[in-house]
Amino acid sequence: MKQAAFVSLVMPFKDKVFRLAKRLLVSREEAEDATQEILLKLWRNKEKIGEYKNVEAFSMTMTKNFCLDRLKSKQAQNLKIIHSNYTDNNLSLQKQVEAKDSIDWVSKIMEELPEQQKIIVQLRDIEQYDFAEISKMLDMNETAIRVALSRARKTIRERLTNTHSYGIK
Amino acid sequence: MVLNNIDKLIEKYNNAETSLKEEAQLRAYFKSNSVAPHLEHYKPLFQYFSMAQEEQYTKDVPLKPKNRTVFYQWISVAAVAILMLGILIPNWFGGPKTLADYSQEEQEMYLEAKEALAMLSNNFNQGTTSINTLNLASENFNVGLEKANHITEFSQTTNKLLKN
Repeated sequence: MKQAAFVSLVMPFKDKVFRLAKRLLVSREEAEDATQEILLKLWRNKEKIGEYKNVEAFSMTMTKNFCLDRLKSKQAQNLKIIHSNYTDNNLSLQKQVEAKDSIDWVSKIMEELPEQQKIIVQLRDIEQYDFAEISKMLDMNETAIRVALSRARKTIRERLTNTHSYGIK
Repeated sequence: MVLNNIDKLIEKYNNAETSLKEEAQLRAYFKSNSVAPHLEHYKPLFQYFSMAQEEQYTKDVPLKPKNRTVFYQWISVAAVAILMLGILIPNWFGGPKTLADYSQEEQEMYLEAKEALAMLSNNFNQGTTSINTLNLASENFNVGLEKANHITEFSQTTNKLLKN
């Protein structure tokens, strides 16, 4: 397999890999490293790539496993990764600040979810995979995924309602 | 009517029973500005989802073909082969082993060199014997020094006696 063919194969889902990695590892740099690692792993095994039924699903599974390993590893325990992706936003109308703030709230709430629920919400609500694909990626049955997803969505809703009406009720 | 529908969808959404199509419908609804006040708090959630979807991986990944490593692996093999040849080749051609194998001239030269070296070593031995005589002389000197020490001791005692 030539480099160009590999790039065109990987291109459609490399952002998805990156976003999943970022969801789990939080820091942008860590997620970039993880994505690079995953893509290099695919490149090294490019001879076998034809054997995989679904390269995208396979890569997502790899990403999930890699990131969970990374979180478990000693290095991650010693080194607490701090979320610090500040973006320069020069539109400073109060409404936009507020909107940005509540969007940040969502990302904070999502950070607090258990890892499995984080992965499922990421795959379903952000990447919009259907349940069959998710069940293949995570090696879980669909009912279990639905239960976990419902639990995650309800947690998010509850926390969001609390912050939304904070100080009002 | 629409609102009623959205309420139902939200309920289904929270139970994770919505299809992808229905979720897209929800996303479109919350993107618009006419969100019902009692659903206001869902707005950032769906906004966040569409925002998170746009994030991209921009770093380049260095994809290098790995032909070089194969080449380096064979270098060690070549080095070992050359070493083995260096050791084995002189043995294969088997040069002369004993004195009789050499020519007459070479034998003579060998014997002459041997004689010359024997003479040289003889002379060295003579040198060492003469050094031995020197050693004897120095021993005698040492004996003489010891005797002289006796004399100094004697003189000290005589001095003490004289003082008294």
